[in-house]
Amino acid sequence: MLADKDRIFTNLYGYQPWNLKAAQARGDWDNTKDLLARGQDAIIDEIKASGLRGRGGAGFPTGMKWSFMPKESKDGRPSFLVINADESEPGSCKDREIIRHDPHKLIEGALVAGFAMRARAAYIYIRGEYIREAETLMAAVQEAYAAKLLGKNACGSGYDFDVFVHRGAGAYICGEETAMIESLEGKKGQPRLKPPFPAGAGLYGCPTTVNNVESIAVAPTILRRGAAWFSSFGRDNNKGTKLFQISGHVEKPCVVEEAMSIPFRELIEKHCGGIRGGWDNLLAVIPGGSSVPLVPAAQIMDAPMDFDGLRELGSGLGTAAVIVMDKSTDIVRAISRLSYFYKHESCGQCTPCREGTGWMWRVMERLRTGDADVSEIDMLWDVTKQVEGHTICALGDAAAWPIQGLIRHFRPEIERRIAENVREAAE
Amino acid sequence: MPKVTVDGVELEVPAGATVLQACELAGKEIPRFCYHERLSIAGNCRMCLVEVKPGPPKPQASCALPAAEGQEIRTDSPMVKKAREGVMEFLLINHPLDCPICDQGGECDLQDQSVAYGRGASRYHEHKRAVTEKYMGPLIKTVMTRCIHCTRCVRFSEEVAGVDEIGALYRGEATQITTYLEHAAKHEMSANVIDLCPVGALTSRPYAFEARPWELKKTLSIDVSDAVGANIRIDSRGREALRILPRVNDDVNEEWLSDKGRFQVDGLTRRRLDRPWIRRDGKLVAASWDEAFAAVAKVNPGKDIAVIAGDLVDCETMFAAKALAGALGSTLLEGRQTGLSYDCSNLAAVNFNSTLSGIETADVVLIVGSQVRWEAPLVNSRLRKAAKAGAKFFVVGPEWETTFPATFLGNDLSVLDKLPKAAADALKGAERPALILGGAGLGKGALNGCLALAEKYKLIRDDWNGFNVLHMAASRMGGLMLGYAQPGGIADLVAAKPKLVLALGADEVDFTKFADSIVVYIGHHGDKGAHAADIILPAAAFSEKPGTYVNTEGRVQRADKAVFAPGDAREDWTILRALADALGVSVGFDSFDELRGAMATAVPALGHEGLADYGALPKAAKAKSEGVIEAYPIKDFYLTNPIARASETMQRCSAELLHGEEFAEAAE
Repeated sequence: MLADKDRIFTNLYGYQPWNLKAAQARGDWDNTKDLLARGQDAIIDEIKASGLRGRGGAGFPTGMKWSFMPKESKDGRPSFLVINADESEPGSCKDREIIRHDPHKLIEGALVAGFAMRARAAYIYIRGEYIREAETLMAAVQEAYAAKLLGKNACGSGYDFDVFVHRGAGAYICGEETAMIESLEGKKGQPRLKPPFPAGAGLYGCPTTVNNVESIAVAPTILRRGAAWFSSFGRDNNKGTKLFQISGHVEKPCVVEEAMSIPFRELIEKHCGGIRGGWDNLLAVIPGGSSVPLVPAAQIMDAPMDFDGLRELGSGLGTAAVIVMDKSTDIVRAISRLSYFYKHESCGQCTPCREGTGWMWRVMERLRTGDADVSEIDMLWDVTKQVEGHTICALGDAAAWPIQGLIRHFRPEIERRIAENVREAAE
Repeated sequence: MPKVTVDGVELEVPAGATVLQACELAGKEIPRFCYHERLSIAGNCRMCLVEVKPGPPKPQASCALPAAEGQEIRTDSPMVKKAREGVMEFLLINHPLDCPICDQGGECDLQDQSVAYGRGASRYHEHKRAVTEKYMGPLIKTVMTRCIHCTRCVRFSEEVAGVDEIGALYRGEATQITTYLEHAAKHEMSANVIDLCPVGALTSRPYAFEARPWELKKTLSIDVSDAVGANIRIDSRGREALRILPRVNDDVNEEWLSDKGRFQVDGLTRRRLDRPWIRRDGKLVAASWDEAFAAVAKVNPGKDIAVIAGDLVDCETMFAAKALAGALGSTLLEGRQTGLSYDCSNLAAVNFNSTLSGIETADVVLIVGSQVRWEAPLVNSRLRKAAKAGAKFFVVGPEWETTFPATFLGNDLSVLDKLPKAAADALKGAERPALILGGAGLGKGALNGCLALAEKYKLIRDDWNGFNVLHMAASRMGGLMLGYAQPGGIADLVAAKPKLVLALGADEVDFTKFADSIVVYIGHHGDKGAHAADIILPAAAFSEKPGTYVNTEGRVQRADKAVFAPGDAREDWTILRALADALGVSVGFDSFDELRGAMATAVPALGHEGLADYGALPKAAKAKSEGVIEAYPIKDFYLTNPIARASETMQRCSAELLHGEEFAEAAE
């Protein structure tokens, strides 16, 4: 179990105030000038050495992402940092806790990361439904400006840096990095074609990096305590600490910071009081938020909770939003509900996702009641494969994977329903 | 020049080409819906998927992927076939099976591509989506359930037309393409979205349920609704021209057409003159050809004959009339019906010298007295392209709604002698400065001032000629080449008091000034000219005769005959040839080919298609620019010529789009 001294988010539960004074007492904004004085390349190298992988779901090495930004502007275009706080993935709630109780970690991270990638400003795109959180964040930004930590000559470092908070309007797709950029520009939130990648032409056509809140918020602490400290947690290629958000059928659902690669059983036992009804009652787990395939109980129990460990199980760490389902769960209905979510949130731009998500949901609804033919399971599988990998952004994949996970692991359950339905109809 | 391999064939492609273009260069057909050469890349239909190595192990949208050195592209692998079948299946699951009652049938991309790339049967057993109809105005008929959301129409109105008229509402499955608040699309080129729509979602409203494409005879022709000379195709069945579509010609109209050029077609069958008429006791009475010719012969004008050419006539007609007048001993020819009298001694000074495609490359443009959107919508789209490439625009004349950023310099022409600093500096610093002089400017005598400007700001350089006059009549440049211009304009004709005025489709002339003359009207529509005529000889409209037209940039183009003229109407040149007999003179040709030969001998440039060479610009005379442009000549875009005025579609457009009249829709 992660020792208290090794926690980055020391006010995750809001036992202390979020304000600047309290944050400074916790160590935030402590001589940030010196951090910046190390120089851009040194900061990026330190982040690279720490092994930090993006916390938004894809797990792309953060330091490498920062290093893609241009070292100097050849044509006068500024660079921008966009911070993705549009946390809309069902199951995810870590960014909310950070912004609620520790917003200064994020704001300081924005300055450090923005400085490292030579950005002119950071835009924090916060989910529209996070009303109180947005208020807190805006107030915290004001505090930072008032204390001259942001703005002209931020922290006395000689570097000018602004932070803007932008509220979204409630579309899941705006959490996709290029859709977020479109939305920030005032357009309809629809993902852009890549290439060009945001690092080349992003917000307002300028080089842009889009990072998750958690990836940014941990950066100052990594710099203060060193890459070696951060990389002392977790397995190779899966370093550091991570906020896990456990919801569903555990005794005590919670958000908790833990070392990467912690075994699932340990995570649940230590922090959540175990599975409701005991471990024998565990049915399946969605380990990384709604868009990753579920993992049945037997496989997940002793699996390490990290990017590679879960990928070996055919799933993924995603945002580490662990959704636990015990045997009282109607698993087909659960996945069908997720299908509805993706149908509802598809932006409608490209064909496979626009048409496929609705089709998949409708078939899922019939599989839920058993009003289908057994051959339609294979057809549904085929349809998910026709969506996966054929779309502009990853929402198509995200809609396909949960269904694939269901069919892979719970096909007998689906077939049982169909058989019973047929029998009912015959009687 | 990157080298790529397409299905095992290695080839070099131009730098900046996409994978889709590379595949086309290799002779491979790539199915597509959203991709269009003249619009930005959307990459959203996902039909053009191909396999590309190196790259992720999934199919890539070829329209959006740049071709790069060493790429291995496969268009025929099982992965590609499966991907295309998958996308096609998705497109079809919510597409209604109403091909038998869909106007797009037979020329539908979705239909064609589903035959080629689709799977045999549907696996979709759920309910299909239905979308409520949208109202897009009198020209565009919508069946939005058929929409596949390729967004070509959205991109066209945003990028080419320059008005944000069409957009997408909602998201996911519920996405709907619509106009803002379901107002009619009002732009002059709005109907091009009908051609762009790959399915039957946007079809032609006036042409609804008229014909199937395979029943139609296709004739290549030239649009006469303005002086651009857009290349068109007339689709006809039997004796009726049913619709007009643009043809691709990158030098002239790219592949667009103005709404007027497209939809005035129904005017070709209405208000037609189909028999000769003679005025007796102040009333027009139907007559036979013999009686009509006898009536003309009775006038026996001798050399007291004048010819006025209308806006729509072809060069052959004008040449035949010129030959007739010449044989009678008259040179009183005029084509500028409304009284313009600018100097035509040097045609380079009244020509669009930059060429239509060249104006796209201008970097500073000064527009003098031209409402380009109405006078030449296709030129306006070129100007918008120039603006998107960074060109600056200044306009002298009353303000109008431009589709590009422009600075208005006021109505007073004296500004030409002393341009405001911003405009003067821009013109001075420009590499390809251009000036466009329109009808309103010509009418106020701005030609000389503009020529002086051209000298002052060096609009003419070794590889660039930025001096342009934008005409509005399809017959104008041809007429000027044939000498249809008197030094004093039409006033010279009035002053000569001719016994007989030959009006060739001239409907904009103030005939009260010719009260003492016998007016013989040779034309095709019962419009203003026919009302004022003493003798009417029914002739052929542009669709009913072969003809040569010269557009405003001096491009000589030929049109073919699509259908026969109605009733007793004849092709114009045959009427003039018969008139020569009636008047007892010889014009020197007995067939259309002889006529064309004689015309080519007289004006060699008219003998072959392509740009005519008018030589160098004249020196400007020393004179002050003065006068105020109060208004532009076109008061109603949709009703500028007799065909358009006879067209119910154009009348409705005028009433609804310009005058805000409301039309009740019949429930279907």
